[in-house]
Amino acid sequence: MKLISTALALTLAAFTATAQAQQITGAGATFPAPVYAKWGEAAKAAIGIELNYQAIGSGGGQNQIINRTVDFGASDAPVDAAKLEQNHLLQFPTVMGGVVPIVNLPGIDANKLKLPSELLAEIYLGKIVKWNDPKLVEANHGLPLPNLPIAPVYRADGSGTTFVFTSYLSAVSPDWKAQVGAATSVKWVAGNGAKGNDGVAATVKQVKGGIGYVEFAYATQNKLTTTQLRNKAGHFVAPTPAAFIAAANAGDWKGAANYAVNLIDTAAADAWPIVSPTFILLPTNPQDVTHSANVIRFFDFAYKNGGDIAKSLDYIALPAAVQDAVRSSWRSEIKGPDGAPVWK
Amino acid sequence: MSDVAVLPFRPASRRAAAFGDRLFAFLAMSAGVLVLVLLGAIIVSLFIGGWPSFRAFGLPFLVNTDWDPVQNVFGAGVPVFGTLVTAVLALLIAVPLAFGIAFYLTEIAPGWFRRPVGTAIELLAAVPSIIYGMWGFFVIVPIMGDYVEPFLTDQLGDLPVIGGLFQGAPFGTGLLTAALILAVMIIPFIAATMRDVFNTVPAVFKESAYGVGCTTWEVMRSIVVPYTRASVVGGIMLGLGRALGETMAVTFVIGNTNRITTSLFGPGNTIASIVALEFPESQAGSLKLSSLLALGFILFVISFIVLAISRLLLRPRSA
Repeated sequence: MKLISTALALTLAAFTATAQAQQITGAGATFPAPVYAKWGEAAKAAIGIELNYQAIGSGGGQNQIINRTVDFGASDAPVDAAKLEQNHLLQFPTVMGGVVPIVNLPGIDANKLKLPSELLAEIYLGKIVKWNDPKLVEANHGLPLPNLPIAPVYRADGSGTTFVFTSYLSAVSPDWKAQVGAATSVKWVAGNGAKGNDGVAATVKQVKGGIGYVEFAYATQNKLTTTQLRNKAGHFVAPTPAAFIAAANAGDWKGAANYAVNLIDTAAADAWPIVSPTFILLPTNPQDVTHSANVIRFFDFAYKNGGDIAKSLDYIALPAAVQDAVRSSWRSEIKGPDGAPVWK
Repeated sequence: MSDVAVLPFRPASRRAAAFGDRLFAFLAMSAGVLVLVLLGAIIVSLFIGGWPSFRAFGLPFLVNTDWDPVQNVFGAGVPVFGTLVTAVLALLIAVPLAFGIAFYLTEIAPGWFRRPVGTAIELLAAVPSIIYGMWGFFVIVPIMGDYVEPFLTDQLGDLPVIGGLFQGAPFGTGLLTAALILAVMIIPFIAATMRDVFNTVPAVFKESAYGVGCTTWEVMRSIVVPYTRASVVGGIMLGLGRALGETMAVTFVIGNTNRITTSLFGPGNTIASIVALEFPESQAGSLKLSSLLALGFILFVISFIVLAISRLLLRPRSA
């Protein structure tokens, strides 16, 4: 009889242990959604935290965390300091990724076309309209550039990818900065819009002479024809993980308030010029201390063990020093009602 | 005639019955009122949501063609233009085709053939719009870009006045393609309505006309169409109402550009598609979100007017 009750107690204990997999909810950026999903699977198995992440877009993620309808928000574009303070939010990065131009030019393979950055801006400003424009020919000696109209394609839906891409164009082209600027959606001067990475990729694929921009992960997984870009140091670089890491290492992480580091057009010799981190927004005055602690445990786990997952999905993990800095921010900034740190 | 079992009639007490009647009448009335309240609440909440934008930009909001999220300047000009142009173009394509279908089905087709064709048309109306969007993007857009648009530019591009409508780079997407997809989507609605109203023409009218030697076409033109004119226009308005609000299919093929182009091949935008695309990245409390809600309000008003006209014209004849 005793044996049975012990067995029963043990099963019950085991059952409650599994049922105790604790759920955390987050919403926001679409760009890191694949890696968050994989991290969620790994974390559920390893530390019993189940992530429910809704990729509703960065703007939506910011709205939801400001209203506190989720445990954390996610945003591709950094939130400005005043807004963070006003809404009692801590911002920290998770992974980085690159944005790459893709083209559809018959007879020209991936990473063969060289695009000086100012020409990319001029293409999207509608100033260069033919692929055999002398400026493009000059940068690409020996490449059979066709006599085709250039068909620029952009994201018609508001997106963090557009924010990163237009930030880059603003950084390299004063004309672009004055005329258009950088945001999740802008007033495009030339070209056609398409919905999502897949829409841009499909439109570029269909239109000969098309050029578009997508996230690097999307370009590699779908084997799209990417191009080289000239970086600030004057070198032409191809979009590779090594070039992204070079950009990440060149960033001024220490000097950036709220980790809003600028990795666009860094000075490093072999850096890809369009790289950006994506961010998490976490309340510094959590209503539910357990949930907040679980969110931090989740991202701590992801920092420690999620690097390979990120790499396999073509994202770039944070440098170790930045991870440590974020950990100390968690300790010092996020406190329960009693003033004690939520996570130790 | 022995024992026929008669169920004992047990009336509920009169008072209880009266209470039940009143309760039921109340429930039925609230169900009806609920619809009105919902409709009103949607209009009011769209208007309140769009108010900051109406206040900031005033009446010029309706025609301003700027849509610049960076500078926070918004205008409804381009989406309103795109919505009206694609919907009207779609009608120009759809009405003759739908008329042909209805004419064939009511006057010419053999009886055994009417039912399958009629059912097929009704099934077309049931195809989800996303399917039309994907079909449009992957099948129609390449055909338009590779064949139709270059052909139209060759044939019509040099004509005076209207030539400009058929110029521009043939990317396949744009206003014309969007109108074409919309036309395919609204043909079933218009054709089904036309067929139904053509069938309401009393046989004796038509038989008299045939009796005095009219041809089928003369019967159609002089008897059927005049008799059903109001209802036919009502059916067309119903199609127009659908074309105005269509979102996904248009988003796929219109090119999603906030500029007004003079060419039919040029890209554009519609109210429904800009709202669908921009909504997720709009911050709470921002002028952009408010402008999108204001656009929603404008679309609501346009659709409301169109549907009201269609109801008015489709009401049964009193005489």
